[in-house]
Amino acid sequence: MGSRLRRLWRAALYLWHSCYLVPRAALGVAIFITELCPQRLRAPISFLTELLAAIPSVVYGLWAVFVLVPIMRDQLGPFLYKTLGWTGFFEGANFGVGLLTASIILAIMILPIISSLTRDIMNAVPNSQREAVLALGATRWEMIRIGVLRNSRIGIVGAIMLGLGRALGETMAVTMVIGNHPDIAKSLFAPGYTLASVIANEFSEATGDLYLSALIEIGLALFLVTIVVNAVARLMVWAVTRNAPARVN
Amino acid sequence: MNFQSKSMRLNTAWRSAANYLVSGLSILATVLVILPLLAILFYLLYKGTSSLNWAFFTHIPAPVGESGGGMANSIVGSGIILLLASLMGVPIGIAAGVYLAEFGRGRPFATAVRFTADVLNGVPSIVMGIAIYSLIVMQQKHFSALAGGVALAIMMVPTITRTTEEMLATVPHAVREAAFGLGIPKWRTVLSISLRTASPGIITGCMLAFARVAGETAPLLFTAFGNEFWSFDLNQPIAALPLQIYKYAISPYDEWHRLAWAGALVLIAMIMVSVTLVRIFANRGALKGGN
Repeated sequence: MGSRLRRLWRAALYLWHSCYLVPRAALGVAIFITELCPQRLRAPISFLTELLAAIPSVVYGLWAVFVLVPIMRDQLGPFLYKTLGWTGFFEGANFGVGLLTASIILAIMILPIISSLTRDIMNAVPNSQREAVLALGATRWEMIRIGVLRNSRIGIVGAIMLGLGRALGETMAVTMVIGNHPDIAKSLFAPGYTLASVIANEFSEATGDLYLSALIEIGLALFLVTIVVNAVARLMVWAVTRNAPARVN
Repeated sequence: MNFQSKSMRLNTAWRSAANYLVSGLSILATVLVILPLLAILFYLLYKGTSSLNWAFFTHIPAPVGESGGGMANSIVGSGIILLLASLMGVPIGIAAGVYLAEFGRGRPFATAVRFTADVLNGVPSIVMGIAIYSLIVMQQKHFSALAGGVALAIMMVPTITRTTEEMLATVPHAVREAAFGLGIPKWRTVLSISLRTASPGIITGCMLAFARVAGETAPLLFTAFGNEFWSFDLNQPIAALPLQIYKYAISPYDEWHRLAWAGALVLIAMIMVSVTLVRIFANRGALKGGN
């Protein structure tokens, strides 16, 4: 039980890292696409973000192993150690693989998912709403804040949770760069393990019924957590987009 | 000339500063999203094209230590698994979508199906792999192409169901009423009128689902398992492109890394082609009602 709890904690921890910055960036992208960007740029940019969502996770993993890991090991890692080493989050041996690298690749992967969902939700806000706020003399940002974001708040939170649900179950890219070490360390350079990568790594070599059952139970834990996250998130997104026109997603 | 008091002017300046700040941050965020995409595509093209050669498409993997070899069996294996998955997933998905849009309107059961499909969409692919492992592989006592196909088929169903439903919902009701007015029974109306009108959108949904599962690795790890040799037997382990890329990427050999890049390039080319086809379908106007 103890080790399973620890893995859950690990999953929660690395989720937290990707969940602080990512939603903000994704919201920025959605705002740019729906509200600010010139009409001519809109289609290519949303096409590019959709493309990013269509890249398989094993390809993200391949890129992370050969491009991101060396950068982490030789440039970003030492830099973080020098500037933020005193916090205790960036110490110990830095092999390039570890929690921080996994968090970065996860952030890159779920950003387009959240931003395209958020875009759909913001598109569902009627234009008359925007025009009304602008007519009162608001700047563009005030219009976005009062007219758009306030209306779609629940849906945006739902979209973020859907993205997090995706990150929770993400297997291949994380398994390839997280280092796969069943231990909890304070340092973000340290290798870790997630629920999904335990299964991916150990399932085919599981000997004996107990080992297999333990791995399947990890799967059950992962399943229950994602079911809850997704169900709540879906209800939130539905609350906002239910009456909006149909779309292909 | 100036009707504003000093505090009002300050307020205006502050408000427009906030406006510019947010615009700047939004643009920065967009650049940050697009930059990794460009980096990934650049590396794929740069490393992938230099490793692609004719042998990649015609040879099976070479033993460790020997140079050369290709992924011909993986490409064919992926094709077989995806064909199996489409044969199983597409009819089920479309039929469920037809039920939701045409027969189950407003019924609590339909709402439950819709919600389940949306939640199923978010179930991690590795969990799907475990489920199929216990349902099929453990009963058969060996890995098989069939099990891999079933796992991918289940992952395709929710996307297809929801798009089919949404596309059928955009078919104008007058069209159906015209059919009913001619005395055509409901099942016939659904098959020849509604489905036919919505078919471009439904095809789009199927291709999106296909593109999504084409790159899936996790559900194949312990269902299709992978194979170093040619295999066309649905009851035997079979090679798949994503599995082979994974295996080669985490290996310690330079030769295998080279092949992994080439494999990733081929995989992504396959997916991009289907996504682009989707765009063409969507832009031909058949989907305009939906957008």
